[in-house]
Amino acid sequence: MKFRLILLVLASTFIFSCNTKNKKVTSADLKVTDGAIRILNYDQLKPLLEQEDDKVHVVNFWATWCKPCVEELPAFEKLNEEYKDKNVELLLVSLDFPNQIESELLPFIKEHQLKPEVVVLDDPDQDKWINGISTEWSGAIPATIIYKNDKRAFYEQSFNYDLLNKELQQFLN
Amino acid sequence: MKTFKSVFALLVLLVSVAFTVKDEGAYKIGDKVDNFTLKNIDGKMVSLSDYNNVSGVVVIFTCNHCPYSKMYEDRIIALDKTYKEMGFPVVAINPNDPSVSQGDDYESMKVRAKEKGFTFPYLFDDGQKVYPKFGATKTPHTFILKRKKKDFILSYIGAIDNNARDASNASVKYVEEAILSLIDGDMPTKTQTKAIGCSIKTKK
Repeated sequence: MKFRLILLVLASTFIFSCNTKNKKVTSADLKVTDGAIRILNYDQLKPLLEQEDDKVHVVNFWATWCKPCVEELPAFEKLNEEYKDKNVELLLVSLDFPNQIESELLPFIKEHQLKPEVVVLDDPDQDKWINGISTEWSGAIPATIIYKNDKRAFYEQSFNYDLLNKELQQFLN
Repeated sequence: MKTFKSVFALLVLLVSVAFTVKDEGAYKIGDKVDNFTLKNIDGKMVSLSDYNNVSGVVVIFTCNHCPYSKMYEDRIIALDKTYKEMGFPVVAINPNDPSVSQGDDYESMKVRAKEKGFTFPYLFDDGQKVYPKFGATKTPHTFILKRKKKDFILSYIGAIDNNARDASNASVKYVEEAILSLIDGDMPTKTQTKAIGCSIKTKK
């Protein structure tokens, strides 16, 4: 019930944001702090994938059931630690199924003490949003976007820290 | 020394060309697909060329461990049951390297197929030679081939339908629509679709 209420509040925040023209939707606007998690459809996620705020955004698509995704998470956490004060923002977009958020995702976040922000993308029309995110994407996860303003790169691959750091450097300065 | 350098440069060039070709060499819609021969869970070898009296073949790369594959198992069985009679049987292939993908070994394939009552061959891409030619990247990943005499022409690449989690809420059944178009002698209206899946596991 509480969860629904949070969703409702979030939904209204979102509608409000949309009505206010030119107002940037930032992660902070929608942040949930009390253990719940934001569940977004593609239209709601999209603004987070194209923020023009001079920051470098690293967006990783993953799921708790995806082994290579879980294996590469430490690299993203390390990147987050190293660069969070250097205008780099990390967003973890979980593709866990809605009925596994409470049973799998939330316990996973708690157990691994995940610090980066996590949102859930729940949108059945995959053919639309996979192409929307990148026409290069076949739909396999893990997948990652790095972007700064209108410069962006898409990666359908696994990362270790060195590789990820190397790619990030292209976006710094 | 100079000769060595040029030989080396040539080698580098050859290797990079080889890799580029491999990457871009995956079949495209309309391409003729090469024959393959892989071991089925009953121990017998199955070849694409065995299918010489069908209208086409629905090749589905799938596996045991992936939750998306599991969500589609019942739908794959239903597809096979319905469309085998109409000339489009399913051939499932596990593309994963079991040494890096727990639960996707040959023995586990037999167990899973028995549990679920697979009505179609479930082949093991031993050595992972077949899936790269198709350009498969994930499980499940479907490729519909239309038979034209001795050739198999790639006619559809992508998802089974547009709702992985809930079959009853899938509003577009891509594979069924594609098969029905092919039976009518037309190309599918949508020849490529995308869906989330588990990346195919290979040794690094």
